[in-house]
Amino acid sequence: MITLAHFLTVAAILFVLGVLGIFLNRRNVILILMAIELILLAVNINLVAFSAYLGDLVGQVMAMFVLTVAAAEAAIGLAILVIFFRRRGSIAVDDVNRMHG
Amino acid sequence: MIALLAFYLFAFVMLASAVCVIFARNPVHSVLWLILAFFNAAGLMLLVGAEFIAMLLVIVYVGAVAVLFLFVVMMLDIDFAALRSGFTKNLPFGIIIAVILLMEIVLAVSAWKAGPVLGGAATREVTQPNIVSLGQVLYSRFLYPFEIAGLILLVAMIGAIVLTHRSRGDVRGQKVSKQVDRRPEEAIKLENPTVGEGMKL
Repeated sequence: MITLAHFLTVAAILFVLGVLGIFLNRRNVILILMAIELILLAVNINLVAFSAYLGDLVGQVMAMFVLTVAAAEAAIGLAILVIFFRRRGSIAVDDVNRMHG
Repeated sequence: MIALLAFYLFAFVMLASAVCVIFARNPVHSVLWLILAFFNAAGLMLLVGAEFIAMLLVIVYVGAVAVLFLFVVMMLDIDFAALRSGFTKNLPFGIIIAVILLMEIVLAVSAWKAGPVLGGAATREVTQPNIVSLGQVLYSRFLYPFEIAGLILLVAMIGAIVLTHRSRGDVRGQKVSKQVDRRPEEAIKLENPTVGEGMKL
């Protein structure tokens, strides 16, 4: 039988993998954005699992909102990435402090 | 039993592809592994009966977000080898942070396990389809948050367009007013005169 602990374990591992991804690929913004997507996916798995095991639909509604915000964040993040690349010709995060914005 | 096997399959493939997302050398491969991870997460959510969220994950993440990532990765001409320069330097530190974080989560979860709630509970019985009940909640109790979610998406769309739009100097656009103002008198006329007769100006 699949218990709640199974889902919590998987989500915890996925969350840690996302954080590890941010730390490892510190210069590549695209990979940082993908790692953030992994973290949000872990949060979604937690929300849906709790919702199913508590018999309360609010968790799934919240998962939907997380999904919405994740999609918006990806769109804005990639747009910023594109204009940053047009300016600098690279997407290394270390260059961001030279923008003097 | 079959559900448990499916759970382990989905969970294992999802975690393995998440590892590949982080460690892949080519970001295009990273995006493809991310898509695989999303598909398997959708499978996990199907196992607990959240069909709508699972379908949403496939449609929104795989169909929109991952394709957007793929598009940007392929469109920009980036030297990805140079971006990996700090990878091995960051590896020990990153793994230490990850292990500490995992330990903390394990501590928190095992502390939660000491409580009496939900120890080995199964998923609750459902009386109606997931989408029906979700729609009933979404359009009554969560109507305003739902509308705000739509607004967030609208703002994101407008923001992305405004950020990336640029007026390029080398493109000649259509000038509608000039076309409307045009008169026959000032237009250049095409004539086809016959031989030896000349033409009237």
